[in-house]
Amino acid sequence: MNMQSIRGEIPSVLKELPSVVVVFGHYGVGKTNFSLNLAYDLAAEGRQVTLVDLDIVNPYFRSSDHAAALEAAGIRLLCPQSANTALDAPMLNVAIDSAIEEARSEEGHVCIIDAGGDDVGATALGRFSKLIKQGEHAVLYVVNALRELTKQPQEAADLLPEMEYTSHLRATHVVNNTHLMDATDESVVKRGIEFAEEVARILDVPLLCTAVPLACEAGSLSLLTPAAQQLKESIDSAKLTCANCYFVSIYVKKPWD
Amino acid sequence: MGEKVLMKGNEALAAAAVRAGCRFYFGYPITPQTELAAYMSKIMPKVGGTFLQAESEISAINMLYGAAAAGARAMTSSSSPGVSLKGEGISYMAGADLPGVIVNVERGGPGLGSIQPSQQDYWQATRAMGHGDFFQIVYAPNTVQEMADMIFTAFEKADEYLTPVMILADGLLGQMMEPVELPDEIGELPEKPWATTGTKGKREHNIANSLYLQSNELEAKLLERAKRYEIILDKEQQSEGFMLDDAEIVLVAFGASSRIARSAVVKAREEGIKVGLLRPITLWPFPAKALEATLGTAKAYLSVEMNMGQMVDDVRLVVGKDVPVEHFGRTGGIIPTPDEVLEAIRSLNAKVGE
Repeated sequence: MNMQSIRGEIPSVLKELPSVVVVFGHYGVGKTNFSLNLAYDLAAEGRQVTLVDLDIVNPYFRSSDHAAALEAAGIRLLCPQSANTALDAPMLNVAIDSAIEEARSEEGHVCIIDAGGDDVGATALGRFSKLIKQGEHAVLYVVNALRELTKQPQEAADLLPEMEYTSHLRATHVVNNTHLMDATDESVVKRGIEFAEEVARILDVPLLCTAVPLACEAGSLSLLTPAAQQLKESIDSAKLTCANCYFVSIYVKKPWD
Repeated sequence: MGEKVLMKGNEALAAAAVRAGCRFYFGYPITPQTELAAYMSKIMPKVGGTFLQAESEISAINMLYGAAAAGARAMTSSSSPGVSLKGEGISYMAGADLPGVIVNVERGGPGLGSIQPSQQDYWQATRAMGHGDFFQIVYAPNTVQEMADMIFTAFEKADEYLTPVMILADGLLGQMMEPVELPDEIGELPEKPWATTGTKGKREHNIANSLYLQSNELEAKLLERAKRYEIILDKEQQSEGFMLDDAEIVLVAFGASSRIARSAVVKAREEGIKVGLLRPITLWPFPAKALEATLGTAKAYLSVEMNMGQMVDDVRLVVGKDVPVEHFGRTGGIIPTPDEVLEAIRSLNAKVGE
């Protein structure tokens, strides 16, 4: 049994995403953990997944940290040549254009682009915006009600225009990724849903899904913590209404977890 | 205290500093502490404070000297190479008895080294931050919550003892996210009758100065300051013990490596090894009293650090020669894994266990 089978089916709205998916948002809302989950889950669905690490802002806690596991899952990772080195330089992988084109032309392919935080991180998308806009694409604006500087829906909404300006892209969906890491409970999820619905309303952009992290016991990939088990049960039994609820694993971890 | 939010260590340091009454921040960007400066640049204009990106780290520390002399709660931050540049200014602050908070989010060294986390600046922070006979109080948080709480303590102790205070973190602590409850905004700030706020013709001049034209005056000042250091050594030691009651092997680790060491201790206990962890929270003053208290059961000590072996010197100073003291470390930006530390515990146990 692995984590995927515990988490259950992924929402159909995620399976139906177009072949080019951009993930952006405020620093630390959980873009990378969401992108990793989406990459693993679409790969498990039989899709040929390319994950682009487009973070030119922060050299810590990025998709490239997961290179070996991604490769083992058959996912192609495109990261800056400087990733996982001590070079802190804003480099882009040369194969990104062709990966976007390939995702469009090849049946079953999907390209997920994990951008850096805020308008600064979104800037790197601008270079590819023309190509991205040439075909079907989704631009997911990830929000988290418990990030300190964007606790109010209006604060989260206010950041988007800056990111759209620098990326030359328009958000197509809001993704609710409200969590408190392994301290996520029902009240956190509930609050996140209300928050994200309000952000979506202000922006007039539809809410795609709500990600709910399920923490595993230390060192395990399949044994849920009692709190995570309880959280999953209350959502499964509809005690907690959650439209397009997406149970996700916590891949972005600390060395002692 | 408010509700829990998710923050990076760097952000929590900045947000808590503002709540502790810091209204002046001077800095210069460097990975892995840049989020602290970025946060300050956003928040300071909103609270009527000053964020100033200086032209260099040396300028920033001298601005801190100026703000501190004028009685403000002020802070600067950097990472290892940048902190080295601040050494001169910190010595001047110590020489002028000025309070201020300096944050070091350590990275690999020496030189430009690496942008990855390290604890290679222990000696610098606790022994050699600058020239002259001086110390600074050094706090070593190991959670984002502690980073927020310790900034309050740092400002308080700086004002109480009239000394620079350092928060010694590392790239991992600065960059990682954890739930945190930010402390409430501070009420009254302490009076600073010594501050250079203008005499208004009513009092003698207050002067912030570290130059003494008469050697005996300088010596007298140093002796007076040394008495303050004695009080700090006596009153301000802080540490946390974990499974120490019957510990035959005592790990000593601070900051990020204490989180790793703690995981390793839990695993080793499952194997029946009597091991515990002493975590220094203050690095200067080093928690000698708490370490001495472990001598009754300890057969060996293991100092776990992200460096080539620095704090291990302080452990040996306390433990002496009768009990073996070893060091386990990874360095240059490498973070040890709990399993590596566990292996070091096993082999030490094999050596000293009956």
